[in-house]
Amino acid sequence: MDLVKELFEGSRLALARSITAVENEYDNAIDIMKAIYPKTGNARILGITGAPGAGKSTLTDKVVKHYLDQGKKIGIVAIDPTSPFSGGAILGDRIRMNDLTLNENVFIRSMGTRGSLGGLSKKTADVVKLMDAFGMDLVIVETVGVGQSEVDIVKNADTTLVVLVPGLGDDIQAIKAGILEIGDVFAINKADRDGVDRLNVEIEMMLDLDSREVQWRPPIKRTIASKDQGVDELIEALDEHFEYLEDSGELVARRAERTRDEMIAMINEQIGRYVAEKVVNSDEFNQQVAAVNERINDPYTVVSNVMTSVLK
Amino acid sequence: MAEKRIRVIVAKPGLDGHDRGAKVVARALRDAGFEVIYTGLRQTPEQIVEAALSEDVNVVALSLLSGAHNTLFPKIVELLKAKGMGDVLVIGGGVIPDADIPGLKEAGVAAVFTPGTPTGDIVKFINENVK
Repeated sequence: MDLVKELFEGSRLALARSITAVENEYDNAIDIMKAIYPKTGNARILGITGAPGAGKSTLTDKVVKHYLDQGKKIGIVAIDPTSPFSGGAILGDRIRMNDLTLNENVFIRSMGTRGSLGGLSKKTADVVKLMDAFGMDLVIVETVGVGQSEVDIVKNADTTLVVLVPGLGDDIQAIKAGILEIGDVFAINKADRDGVDRLNVEIEMMLDLDSREVQWRPPIKRTIASKDQGVDELIEALDEHFEYLEDSGELVARRAERTRDEMIAMINEQIGRYVAEKVVNSDEFNQQVAAVNERINDPYTVVSNVMTSVLK
Repeated sequence: MAEKRIRVIVAKPGLDGHDRGAKVVARALRDAGFEVIYTGLRQTPEQIVEAALSEDVNVVALSLLSGAHNTLFPKIVELLKAKGMGDVLVIGGGVIPDADIPGLKEAGVAAVFTPGTPTGDIVKFINENVK
């Protein structure tokens, strides 16, 4: 396939067009993914998440610059929400990363969430794989950390950085949002604001309460991304976490689990698609719905029968 | 199950710092169901074209109020062609004298929307002209 060949040869346009094909589920998407799959598994994947306005994009920009200085090639997937009303989206993360646009060692791609039921996490994972196969050493997935689909995206990452800012609420918010379960490293950004110490203590307390038995205690780093302060220390913490993953064998385990999860998700998706196309779009099914609605039959019997016929 | 979503980059080339118009257009395009990549102020043609390439957009929408449109718009069209993105629709807006519009169209700008254009016209044009 020409597109994949060009991608392997380093064509940025081929990478861009492959991502579009995968994101829009064009007919050639599966063939592209099949062809690039053998070349994946080399990039380190970093998830960056946090509340809107926490400074994720600005911090990403700084983190990327530090890694570029080490000679790394970096892919960035920047995810912003799709409007549930119009289906449109404003993808504005690039504004904070304009300096990186012309760097040939960086490739930035913005994605809309396009509704959390649309398989975003799978598509994001596929886009990460495309960048991985393109030869990126590091792929960063940046997303707003609210909602199930975003937590799923984080599952795609080797290391997850949670970006917090002082003054967004009390410690209950931190438990509610579930962010403590996903953070491998925490950054308190905008650390020149009031409330930094308190937020730091609150996170430490939450981590103390973590009942899971883990070897890695997530470090908390203070940053002021707009002034490039604390970023060196943050990078150190991110690298330490990756080393920990490698040394403890957890990297291999996490990636194996990810492969398994991805395959299960693919199977579920195919089954769902089959059901949507073959079962739901039939006169027979509509009649069954009508029968259930009039209480002539019950949905449990009908669904059980449908499943029997599907699994035949 | 192909789900094509029109992607538009809204960019401000050149040196003027007025982006209200660009933001209004960006919002209108979002509400029309497009994915709008907004890159902010003071972008060079090279930056805009590279962003358009990475984002694989269908449309490059340029807003410019400084008067440099006759230089910058054609430059962007040329760079897009050189990068293999000649199929991208380039449209422009801002304070652009009527007398300049034929020249811009000749240079490959598909349409120019001057102040007062209802945003619906831009949406309609994009929907009708994206291949």
